[in-house]
Amino acid sequence: MLIIKCPWCGDRDETEFSYGGEADIKRPVAPEALSDEEWGDYLFMRKNTKGVFKEQWNHSAGCRRWFIVERDTVNYDIKATYKF
Amino acid sequence: MQKNRLKSGGHIQRDDILNFTFNGKKLQAYKGDTLASALLANDIKIVGRSFKYHRPRGIFSCGPEEPNAILQVGSGSRTEAGLKATQVELYDGLIASSEKGWPSLHFDVAIINDWLSKMFGAGFYYKTFMYPAKFWKLYEYFLRKMAGFGYAPDENDPDYYSHHNEHCDLLIVGAGPAGIMSALVASQSGANVIIVDEKEKFGGKLLYSDEKIDNTVAIEWVERAQAELEKAPNVKCLKRSTAFGYYDYNFLTVCERYTDHSPETTVNSPRQKLWRIRTQSVVLAQGAFERPLVFSNNDRPGVMLASAVSEYIKRFAVLPGRNIAIFTNNDSAYQTAIDLKNAGVDSIIIIDSRPENSSAATIKTNELNIEVKFCSVVTNVQGSNKVEGIEIAKLNSETGLHDNELIYRDCDLLAISGGWSPAVHLHSQSGGRNAWSEKLHCFIPKNTHQKNTSVGSSNGFWGLKDCLEDAKKRTSEMLTDLGYELSEKISFDVEENNYVSMSPLWRVNDGKDPESHPKQFIDYQNDTSVSDIFQAVREGYKNIEHVKRYTALGFGTDQGKLGNINGMAILAEVLNKPIADIGTTTFRPAYTPVSFGVCAGQEIGEFFDPIRKTAIHDFHENQTSPFELVGQWLRPWYFPTQNETIENAVKRECLAVRNSLGIMDASTLGKIDIQGKDALNFLERIYTHDVSKMAIGQCAYGIMLGEDGMIKDDGVMTRMAENHFYLTTTTGGAASVMSWLEQWHQTEWPDLDVYLTSLTEQLSTIVLAGPNSRKVLKKLMVTGIDKESMKFMTFVKSKIDDIDVDIFRVSFSGELAFEINVDSNYALHLWNILIEAGKEYEITPYGTETMHVLRAEKGFIIVGQDTDGSINPEDAGLGWMLSRKKDFIGKRSLLREDSIRNDRKQLVGLLSLDGKTVIPEGAQIIRKGAHKKPIPMYGHVSSSYYSPVLGHPIAMAMIESGRDRHGEEFLAVASCGTEIEVKVVNPVFYDPSGERQNVE
Ligand SMILES: [Zn+2]
Repeated sequence: MLIIKCPWCGDRDETEFSYGGEADIKRPVAPEALSDEEWGDYLFMRKNTKGVFKEQWNHSAGCRRWFIVERDTVNYDIKATYKF
Repeated sequence: MQKNRLKSGGHIQRDDILNFTFNGKKLQAYKGDTLASALLANDIKIVGRSFKYHRPRGIFSCGPEEPNAILQVGSGSRTEAGLKATQVELYDGLIASSEKGWPSLHFDVAIINDWLSKMFGAGFYYKTFMYPAKFWKLYEYFLRKMAGFGYAPDENDPDYYSHHNEHCDLLIVGAGPAGIMSALVASQSGANVIIVDEKEKFGGKLLYSDEKIDNTVAIEWVERAQAELEKAPNVKCLKRSTAFGYYDYNFLTVCERYTDHSPETTVNSPRQKLWRIRTQSVVLAQGAFERPLVFSNNDRPGVMLASAVSEYIKRFAVLPGRNIAIFTNNDSAYQTAIDLKNAGVDSIIIIDSRPENSSAATIKTNELNIEVKFCSVVTNVQGSNKVEGIEIAKLNSETGLHDNELIYRDCDLLAISGGWSPAVHLHSQSGGRNAWSEKLHCFIPKNTHQKNTSVGSSNGFWGLKDCLEDAKKRTSEMLTDLGYELSEKISFDVEENNYVSMSPLWRVNDGKDPESHPKQFIDYQNDTSVSDIFQAVREGYKNIEHVKRYTALGFGTDQGKLGNINGMAILAEVLNKPIADIGTTTFRPAYTPVSFGVCAGQEIGEFFDPIRKTAIHDFHENQTSPFELVGQWLRPWYFPTQNETIENAVKRECLAVRNSLGIMDASTLGKIDIQGKDALNFLERIYTHDVSKMAIGQCAYGIMLGEDGMIKDDGVMTRMAENHFYLTTTTGGAASVMSWLEQWHQTEWPDLDVYLTSLTEQLSTIVLAGPNSRKVLKKLMVTGIDKESMKFMTFVKSKIDDIDVDIFRVSFSGELAFEINVDSNYALHLWNILIEAGKEYEITPYGTETMHVLRAEKGFIIVGQDTDGSINPEDAGLGWMLSRKKDFIGKRSLLREDSIRNDRKQLVGLLSLDGKTVIPEGAQIIRKGAHKKPIPMYGHVSSSYYSPVLGHPIAMAMIESGRDRHGEEFLAVASCGTEIEVKVVNPVFYDPSGERQNVE
C-alpha cells in the first residue's frame, strides 16, 4: 500500500486517495474539428507505460485537490508529486 | 494414558491436565501442548486423509508447514476449518476432528482413488470432468463430497475482532536466535522497535536446542533476552502474532491471537487483532524450513521431519516411536539421533546418502554407539496405516542411482531430513528476488526491493554463531542507515553444534520410470508426486509456474513451504537444466491462513457502512414508514396506515397527489452551489442546454453527459444571481457529480474562477405536490408564489413562519408543485408546520415508491434505472436539450458512427394488452411468434408500475428504434418465463399536454 505525498497535506496513506488515470490528456480545443479516430484516441486510448508514468490522483478523503504523481509502474516507486 | 509421553522434560505443565476430544475419542494432555503434540502423546497415528488419493496421513511436522494434520477445531459457532494441529495450542475441552475420510478415517471409500492412481495423474481433473458440460454439476457434487474439506459454522461468529494501526522504525519478524539478537541490538539504539513471533514463547529453534550461549543453555539466554526486551520502553513484543503479508512501502499486516488458546474464557477481549504496521525498515528472521526426502511411500503415518521429532521430544516430552530410523542427506538430522538417544531410545539407525565422513556430527553419534549406514538410501516404506519397516539400498555416489539389492529393516518411526530452505516468503512478497546458492543448495534472498534485510537462517546461515553474527551485523547496518548511533557493543559466547554439512539428494532414483514405483510424494498437501512432474513435462509443461498449476505443487496453505525446492530440483533434472534456471514461483500473502473475521474487524453489521438520515427522519420513523436504502441514505419507501399493503398505500398516496396534496422529503437530493465570475462559462461546458439563456430566477432541467456522450446525471439548475447557480443532482450521484465537476475544474480548466460547494446536508428539501399546494402556502402567508408572479420553472426567496426558504416551482409529478429548501436545522419544524396547515386538504406524506409511479406516469426517466451508462440523450428522448450553439462535455461523441445509428435502443412506453398485468422490470422484449433460436432481443423493460390514476399498468422500456414502433405489439418475457403481450406507446401516459401545472 502506497504512501503518497499530497502537495498540500504531505505524506498520507493510499486509502485517502482516489486514482484519476493518465495525466496530461488535454481536452481538444475544437472537438468538432477532429475525425472520429482522433476523438476516439482522446477518449479511449491510454498509455500502458512500463516505467515512470505521469498520473492524476485526488486527495479525496483529505483536501480534495487533484495533483500529479510520477510513479514507476514496475516497482511502484513514486518519483515525484506536484500541483497542477 | 499418554503412551508416548516421556517421564520428564519438555516445557509442559504436568500438573495442569487438559481434556480434549479427537474424532469423538476422549483424550488427555497437558497445558503447553499443541494439538499435534497432544495427539502424538496419545499415539494417534492417522489424523487425516490426503486430498486426491485419500491416503492415510499422520502428523509430519511441528510448525506452520504441516501438510497433513489440517483439522476442524472447536464446535458450534466457534468451529473453524483448516487449522494446522501443529499451530493449535491445546485448551481444556477442545474438540477436533479430521476433515477428510468417509465413512471413517480408517476406512475411506475413496481410497479407491489411490488404487486407481494411474488414472488420477496430473491434470486429471482438467481432462476428465470437462465434458459433457451439463454433467459438471454432478461431478462437482461428488468431487466436493470426496475432497471432504471442513465446514463453516452455521451461526454468527460470537467473537469480535479489532484493527490497530502502528508505526515503527524497525519491525523484526521472528523471535528465534537471529530475531532476538536483532532486537537486542535495536533496543539499545533507541529506535522504536516491534518484534513479532507466531508462538506463545520467543526462542524459535532454541526452544529445543542444547547449544549454549554465554555459558547457559540457549533457552535461558532466550528467557533473559525476552525479559529485557519486554522491559525496554522502545520495544513492543508481540507473541502469538504472525506477520502474514508484506506490501508496498513497508506496510505489513500482523495477526495477533488473543483468545484462540482458551476461547471459552473470552471476556472483553477481541479474539484476534489485525496490526497494520508501517515501518521504516524490516528485519526478516523467519528462519528456515526443513525439506523432506523423496522416495516411495514417503507419506506413510510415522514418517516425520527429523527436526520435528527433536522438537516433540524436547519441547513436549513426546516420543512418537521406539524403533527409529533416520534418513538424511545432511548433518542436522544427527542431532535428532542424539536427542533420541538422550530420551532413552536404544534402537536407532541413521541412513545417510553421503559417503562416510568425520564431521562433528558423525564423531558424536559414534561416541553414542548409534549405527550409521553411509552411501545408503531408503527406497520404500512398508505398512499402509503406519510405518512398519523400510527398504534400504546402497547408493552409487558416482551415478546418483541406487542398486536393487534391498535390505529390510523394522521400524515404527522414520525421521527424514533433506536439508534446509530459508523462509523467503515475506522477502519475496516485498518484491525481493532470490538466488540459487550452489554452495547451500537452496534459494537465498538477493536484491531487496524495499528497506529490509534477511538475517540468520532466513539468509542461509545455519550455524547458531553465524546466525547471531549475521543478525547483529545486518541490524547494526540497518540502524546506522536509519541514523541511529550504536553505542554499546553486544558480545556473546556460543557453544554450538554446527551440524550444517549437506549434500543434495533430490529424489531416490534407480534410473527406472518413476511410474514403476509406488508414489514418491513431493507435496503431501496436494498429493503431488514425482511421476506428476514427469507427466507434466511429457505433456509439454516446462515453466515452473505452469508445472505448479498443472500438478498443484505448492498450492493451498502450503504456499511453497515444504515441497517446492524438491519439486523444482526434480523439474530441473527432467528438463536437464540447472536448478538456478528454473526459478521460484510467486509467493503471495497470506503466509499462513488468516480468518475472515480479523480481516473484517469491526466493520460489520451496522458498522459496515455509514447510515445517513435526513433532518426529517424522526417524522418518518414515527409513521413507522419502511425505509429504502438509497446510497447510504435511509429514505421513506411508503407510509402505510395500519395493516395497509404497499399496493394500497402507494395507490392512496398517488391519488392524494393527483387529486389534492402530497408532501415528500427530498432532502437527499445532491445540492451544489456554484459561484464565481466564470460560473456561467463553466456550466456551459458541463450541461447540454444553453445555460446563458437562463434569466436570473429561472430554473431549468439539465443533463450532464460523460465525454463518451452517455447520460451521466440529471437535475434542476437554477440561476440565483448573475454569477451564482444552484444545482441538484440525483441522490446517488451527489458525491460523484461533485468530484467530477471538481476534476474538470482543477485538472482541465484551473484558470476559470469557479467555486463549488456541496450543500447536500446543509439544506433540506420538502416537496409540496398537488393541485392544492399553492393554497397551503397562501394559508401560511407565503409571498411571491401567486400564479401570476411565479411562473413554472422559476425560483423565489421567501419566508414561512419567519424561516428563510428558497422556493422552486418545479415538478417531478406533473402536478402543481413547490420544492422548498430550508436550513436543515429548521427542516423538521417546517415539515410539521406544512403538515398542520395541509390538514384541511388531507395532506399525505408519500415515499420513494409513489414518487417513482408519479414520474413514470409522466414519462420522466430516472438516471441509473432507465439509463445504464450506454444511453445517450437522443436515446432517452432528450435530443431537444442539446445545444447547437456551443461545445459541451460529450457533444463530439454524439456524432460518432455508433451514436447516430438509427437502430439504437430508444425510450418508449409499454402497455400490457390485457390491461391488468404489471410487466416485471428487466423483462426482455421479443417478437410475438419468434421461435427460432437465438431469438432476437429488441430491448428490455426499465420501469414498470400500476398507475392508480389511470387504473391500469404502465411501463417504460428501451427498444431498438422504439420511437418508430409506437403501436407495434411485442412479447415481454420475464426471467421466470412468463410471457406478457405488450404494445409500444408514447412514454408520457398522463396529461401529455402538461395542463395540470396551471391550476390556481
Ligand atoms: Zn491533501
